Amino acid sequence: MKIIILGANQVGSTLAETLANEANDITVVDADSEKLRELKDHIDIGTVVGHPSLPDVLERAGGQDADMIIAVTESDEINMVACRVAYSLFQTPKKICRIRASSYLETDKLFGQHGIAVDTVISPELIVSSDIERLLDLPGSLQVLDFADGKVQLVAVKAYYGGPLVGQEIRLLRQHMPSVDTRVAAIFRKDRPIIPEGSTVIEADDEVFFVAAQKDIRACMSELRRMDRPYKRLIIAGGGNIGMRLAQSVESRYQVKIIERDPQRCTFISENLNHAIVLNGEASQRDLLIEENIADTDVFLALTNDDEANIMSSLLAKRLGAKKVMALINNSAYVDLVQGGDIDIAISPQQATIGSLLAHVRRGDVVNVHSLRRGAAEAMEAIAHGDESSSKVVGQAIRDIDLPQGTTIGAIVRNDEVLIAHDNTVVETDDHVILFLVDRKRIPEVERLFQVGFSFF
Amino acid sequence: MHASIVVKILGILLMLFSVLANLPPLIVSFLYDDGMSPVFLNSFFIIFGIGLLMWLSTIRSRTELGLRDGFLVVTLFWAVLGSAGSLPFMFSSAVELSITDAVFESLSGLTTTGATVISGLDTLPKSILFYRQQLQWLGGMGIIVLAMALLPMLGIGGMQLYRAESPGPVKDNKLVPRLAETAKALWYIYLSLTVVCALAYWIVGMDLFDAISHSFTTVAIGGFSTHDLSLGYFDNPAIEVVAIIFMFIAGVNFALHFTAWQKRKISHYLNDPEFQFYSFILVSVSIVTVSVLYFSDVYSSLFESAIKGVFQVVSMATTTGFATADFNSWPLFLPYMLLYAAIIGACAGSTGGGMKVIRILLIFKQGIREVQRLIHPRAVIPIKLGGRPVSDRIVESVWGFFAVYVMAFMVMLLALLATGLDIITAFSAVGACINNLGPGLANVAVTYGELPVTAKWILCFAMLLGRLEIFTLLVLFTPMFWKR
Repeated sequence: MKIIILGANQVGSTLAETLANEANDITVVDADSEKLRELKDHIDIGTVVGHPSLPDVLERAGGQDADMIIAVTESDEINMVACRVAYSLFQTPKKICRIRASSYLETDKLFGQHGIAVDTVISPELIVSSDIERLLDLPGSLQVLDFADGKVQLVAVKAYYGGPLVGQEIRLLRQHMPSVDTRVAAIFRKDRPIIPEGSTVIEADDEVFFVAAQKDIRACMSELRRMDRPYKRLIIAGGGNIGMRLAQSVESRYQVKIIERDPQRCTFISENLNHAIVLNGEASQRDLLIEENIADTDVFLALTNDDEANIMSSLLAKRLGAKKVMALINNSAYVDLVQGGDIDIAISPQQATIGSLLAHVRRGDVVNVHSLRRGAAEAMEAIAHGDESSSKVVGQAIRDIDLPQGTTIGAIVRNDEVLIAHDNTVVETDDHVILFLVDRKRIPEVERLFQVGFSFF
Repeated sequence: MHASIVVKILGILLMLFSVLANLPPLIVSFLYDDGMSPVFLNSFFIIFGIGLLMWLSTIRSRTELGLRDGFLVVTLFWAVLGSAGSLPFMFSSAVELSITDAVFESLSGLTTTGATVISGLDTLPKSILFYRQQLQWLGGMGIIVLAMALLPMLGIGGMQLYRAESPGPVKDNKLVPRLAETAKALWYIYLSLTVVCALAYWIVGMDLFDAISHSFTTVAIGGFSTHDLSLGYFDNPAIEVVAIIFMFIAGVNFALHFTAWQKRKISHYLNDPEFQFYSFILVSVSIVTVSVLYFSDVYSSLFESAIKGVFQVVSMATTTGFATADFNSWPLFLPYMLLYAAIIGACAGSTGGGMKVIRILLIFKQGIREVQRLIHPRAVIPIKLGGRPVSDRIVESVWGFFAVYVMAFMVMLLALLATGLDIITAFSAVGACINNLGPGLANVAVTYGELPVTAKWILCFAMLLGRLEIFTLLVLFTPMFWKR
């Protein structure tokens, strides 16, 4: 596929890197030639220097025969104009546009063929803040991913001593919880993936990924670890877009304090929040944190734009007694450094964003992609089309499907009904199949699996 | 400062007033043939003559009305018309009031206070009674037009809130064209409320004269009655219910009525923070009053406690000042609580007096904010009304208003004590006048007639002060105001 990416910022370059590895033809456009050169040095892409929304720049980037344009520059307006230009001049089939300002997102009349001509709008801030919200709602989870509009969730938890199932074989899960259906999709032990079988024994400190219907998630988690009490008190450091959006959506359920250093921004945030307490100061100020009772805080979230500040303030918060700390970390090198140590969860905004972009890049009918473990693994939701003769999956029992190595089918959603995958479950047409891939290199094989043969047409 | 334009406006106002105030009582006088027609004719000619003179002397003046002139006009509106309105009381042989008493009565009418120096109302000629009622109605109209359209532009005590925030009539800064339009719309609402109120009174059993007279003072939140026993004379629960309803409606911001009427939406009321707080105050004070009345056996039946209690609460809290019972003799703290309710008063932009619900609400929120700040010293906490932030400038001026109000209250209380009144009389008299309430406690529960002359003048000042939101009047006493 020929893809043009506008903007060589963090989202743009991570995206380029991910997509280039999947044998796509990528061109990155940015006004900053220095950034482009760096990018070109270590990945195999084409680059064009220039203002991303200008028609001549887009033409040089190969706009004529591009299959997709992904506009992720920092400016909403440039992104929208670029998409419109691409549509008007080149009839680019697929246009994905990153929008930050929530005002643009309030109505969907804006985007469409006669409007700004955008097929998909993505808002990284929105994605990240709703990711965090899910983590908060499910205490103890490392990652919570929604499939099929939230009917099915994939949850990563760390197994602890004392969890009823720890030290036992997976097959015993059914005996422990006869009424709850779940499937362990993967286990990471010391960062190495294990494909779970009935006889696999769960050990303490394993990172277990399991799939279950939303209502069953808590029951499953309690098998692997003592359940944490629901969170009540949050402190958010950084009142930027993510911090404010998160505060807005959770302030009615949690006690939220939000620390922001800019007094003007403080005033702005306080006027837009109803219950949360807005504090003016630095999140790295020890006195401020103590004054605001950090020791009784359930979760401290460092959500500024600055990785180092986030890490330092989280470490400080943890030292001062915050029960859980989460930090927003852009630089993936840092993530490995800190996660699992003092910082409980490192949230990577690019990974979250890229997952939602990948769903549109995949061949076959893929509606949801989530990038896991810093891009090493992937979970996806694909729709099975065709019939027994044209499709490789429809009409097959799961044990008969020729899945690539390291891939498991976790669940199937059929007409709003959640079916946890068992060996004898038969896939029907239009089923949403939720797959877990331990190894990203197998993605093309999975894609091929879900593509419909020619006889379908 | 443009003296000529002020004189010109006052001239016009006086001429208008001479007709509006004296003509209808004249007709009433003919209808009932009570022999009072010379009184009104005389005062009509005198006031009209003075007004005409003032107008003619400045007819060529073409200056624009400035901000400072606004203060002067508003103050003089009540002061000058108050004096002009006192003429019939002085001329009439039936009452024969002294200058002090006549001015007190007239000012009390025009400021919609409702404090009276006359006793034996039931025996007075109908035309004089009608004149009193009508004074309050005209005063109420003046408040609606001037206070709603002009005061917000002067920005008194946080009232600029309505300039920028409120939807509808007083959004624009352009004085004259908007003023005319706004005034007209508000006047229609005021008039239709009065008509409906009069009809309601008539239907539930008043005679036509009483119905019209009382509708005037109900909608104006005045409190004058044509009987010494006030509404208690009728001893009719249905009348009291009608009064409760219309006092409540008249105590609501007229800008709110205006917008709700324009958009034809009742929900508009319910979403208004001032309206919510106003209803909250009335309901909670009513519950306390009714339970105290019932459980201390003042009234034997719950129904009677409820109707008398709620009536008195609404009457006092909206600063109307009607009475159906001798609330003075009510037990415990009730008389004082009702006086406090009157200090809070009605909504801003209504015909009611007091400090206005919106200011109390803002002060209350500011108080909560201070407490929160003690707990979270670094917190940035905005004060919000209906989800929208209120600027600190407005909160500041509300505080300023509150401080000056308390000081003015204390100074006048001292002055009244100096005239030899006892503390309860003095306290309640100041409270009743500065809040434009009317009846006080102890010696001023029914009539102010017994008070010394000095005390009456002090109370006249208090009524004016309260009606003009304090600052409008005080600003005239500053040297800076008169500097060019």
